[in-house]
Amino acid sequence: MAIWLARLSIDRWRRLRPNPGRKGADGSPLAEGEGEDAHPVALIRETAHGPRIAAVNRAAAAQGVRVEAMLADARALCPAVVTHPADAAGDLAFLEKMAVWAQRWGPWSAMDPPDGVIVDVTGAAHLFGGERRLLGDAARVLAGHGLAARLAIGPTAGAAWALAHHGPSGAILPEGDDVADRLAPLPMAALRLDDDVLLVLRRLGLKRLGDLTGIGRDALARRFRNRKTPSANPLLRHDQLLGRVPEPLLPVIAVHPVMVQRRLMEPIRHLTLLEVVIADLAAALVRELEGRGEGARRIDLACWRVDGEVVQRRLELAAASRDPDHLCRLFNEKLTRANESLEAGFGFEMVRLTASWAEPLGLTQDRLGESSEEHGTSLAACIDRLSTRLGPQAVRRAVPHASHIPERAQRWHPPLEPLPAAQHELAFHQRPLKLLDRAEMIEVLYATPDGLPHRFRWRGALHEVARAEGPERIAPEWWRERGSTRLRDYYRIEDGQGRRYWVYRAGLAGDGRGGLPQWFLHGLFG
Amino acid sequence: MTDSAALPRGGNVPAAAADPLPPGIFPAARLAPARWLGDGESASGEGHAIGAWGPHFAFRGAGDIFAPGAEASGAGLAIALAETTPRIAPDLQPEKAVPEEVSDERCFLWVQDRAAMRLGGRPYHPGLPRDLRHRMVHVAVKDAAEALFALEEGIRCRDLAFVIGEVAGNPREFDFTASRRLVLAAERHGVPLWLVRLDARRDLGAARMRWEVASAPSLAPRWNAQAPGAARWKADLFRARGLRPGTWWITRQEGEHDRSDRAPIVAETVVTPRDGDLAGAVVDRSLASAAPQSRQEGR
Repeated sequence: MAIWLARLSIDRWRRLRPNPGRKGADGSPLAEGEGEDAHPVALIRETAHGPRIAAVNRAAAAQGVRVEAMLADARALCPAVVTHPADAAGDLAFLEKMAVWAQRWGPWSAMDPPDGVIVDVTGAAHLFGGERRLLGDAARVLAGHGLAARLAIGPTAGAAWALAHHGPSGAILPEGDDVADRLAPLPMAALRLDDDVLLVLRRLGLKRLGDLTGIGRDALARRFRNRKTPSANPLLRHDQLLGRVPEPLLPVIAVHPVMVQRRLMEPIRHLTLLEVVIADLAAALVRELEGRGEGARRIDLACWRVDGEVVQRRLELAAASRDPDHLCRLFNEKLTRANESLEAGFGFEMVRLTASWAEPLGLTQDRLGESSEEHGTSLAACIDRLSTRLGPQAVRRAVPHASHIPERAQRWHPPLEPLPAAQHELAFHQRPLKLLDRAEMIEVLYATPDGLPHRFRWRGALHEVARAEGPERIAPEWWRERGSTRLRDYYRIEDGQGRRYWVYRAGLAGDGRGGLPQWFLHGLFG
Repeated sequence: MTDSAALPRGGNVPAAAADPLPPGIFPAARLAPARWLGDGESASGEGHAIGAWGPHFAFRGAGDIFAPGAEASGAGLAIALAETTPRIAPDLQPEKAVPEEVSDERCFLWVQDRAAMRLGGRPYHPGLPRDLRHRMVHVAVKDAAEALFALEEGIRCRDLAFVIGEVAGNPREFDFTASRRLVLAAERHGVPLWLVRLDARRDLGAARMRWEVASAPSLAPRWNAQAPGAARWKADLFRARGLRPGTWWITRQEGEHDRSDRAPIVAETVVTPRDGDLAGAVVDRSLASAAPQSRQEGR
């Protein structure tokens, strides 16, 4: 079901006005056409070129005041117009509340800014006695709140939206109907497209949805092939409307973080006591999380001091966890470190733990008859301990990255994140086991300017090259680097003692990008 | 009034001793004198059987590898040795070795201190063996104390396949006690630890296997005789428990794409060690070389 609050801004403005007509200040909203609303009213928005009209009421519209007109032009048409500032942020906040509230008609709802709400009423209509009655109920309730709304029910979110904005009022499109056929007379704007795309379509002579079916799909795909966002691609929008491609909606769900706290009878000033309190809180937190079937990823510890200060510490876990001992141990470790120790002042009077990020974690029977002392810790617990003590930057995993340049071909990610999809490296390239953080410059004796190296000096020691293979030429990535970057010729070499190195020569003699080529040692083979 | 001072740490409350032994302490009988597993007849439980090392040795303790810092031979040998050891089920029963077909997808930990990273660089993802690439978790630590902490956390973790540490020089923290702690923890939890000591002199250590390794000229590759071949090291096992010391040429097998033969390394002896040869420095002598028994393997 799509709900279009067609006059949201002006309705909100009216809801906030006092009602002098009724008796006393009973808080009932101003009805349409009463009191101040009987006169032309416009809500204005400040722009760089002066005030612009954001919304008008019926009286003003009747006088010819248009939305998006400059205020000066509107004043010329209707000198009596009364202006008030528009409140876009307030409208959005209202819409958000509205979206949660609209879940009375269905389990899922999503915001459709700036002035719409989409509710998934699949399988929920029978609770109201059919779709017709559901629409009637919604229209009645919304009207009771003084909101002008247009409603429609359709098999897809796009179809419902199109009907609500451009169809007859209270339209219902049943599931089995031919959507394309029924929606064909609607104008092209029913596809939720950007203004410039609509302009393009109008210039192409496409005015109604039915016009799209007459054209070959290939032609449309070719015309809009570089438009990736749905709001700029009519073909994609049309498919969404017909339900050929899924349209993900971002549901509005009110989620409250798990929070536990203890008020202490007497302020505590010692870490030993605080650890007891944290252990108690952790047990309570874990019980709460277990009830929800979740595990904590981030936990905030907040301690309220007697003198009005709040001390906060944050703990991040590598994987969702519900083990109170593990949490306590991490907190203790964190609090005993010198730079993270708490300033107790005159003592803490309240302590709170908040699981501000939680992830689903199934119930498992993992601690039956075994302990971490006996069987070792799990990988997530091990990584948590390491990164709590050493810092999150110390514990990482190398992942491949699409680049020819050797030092860019790997990146470091947090260890338990899923690996990004990557192409396999070419198997005929031999790469060293270890790569120096920065390639070190070496002095090389070579036979010809672009030939194999013969002898080189690295870190003060002289190495005779016994065997060499190369070059493997790696050109600079021109789309990323400056034009003066030189290409690299990599050689795998082995010196007289069998030490294997990866060296490269930056540039060629006479490539016009600097003087003589320089040699660097970049990696060590095992 | 000592207000706004950092919280002092109170005394630790000892855990209630419901167990006859306090937590963290276990009977010494659970540590067999020489816990070699696999390798058929080199009797695992009895400490007097002396054999020679072979590439298929199952190793669950901690080993030291002394290597020069200007080459990657230490890390290469550590990876090769760690890859070679057959897997053993988590409950440490030697007869329950994990079958070959089961691919090992557990992570491994590679701990490097700052000096080691400066000497030899960091591990490079495309250069690692193919079935190890995606499993590495790298830990960059500041100094030897943090490295000890990270290594100990690593070998206590049941989900790790093995742990590799790289530490430069002879830091004060890596004394005999620390080394003994690592060995006991590694044997207890069954996670092998290979500790590469870059540019270090041979100090006292409790590791069950102590190697000294250096790069050796590689064998000629199959196609291009001028090119460097597969990695080859000269590895000197100078102190081992329950094993005869000796020196081996160790080579990575070339062109192995599947793990059907399962041995990524091949070892051949440089000199067959003579039976009962007790010559050499005291530190280098195998303390368990009491009953010699001539055997030769790892051809």
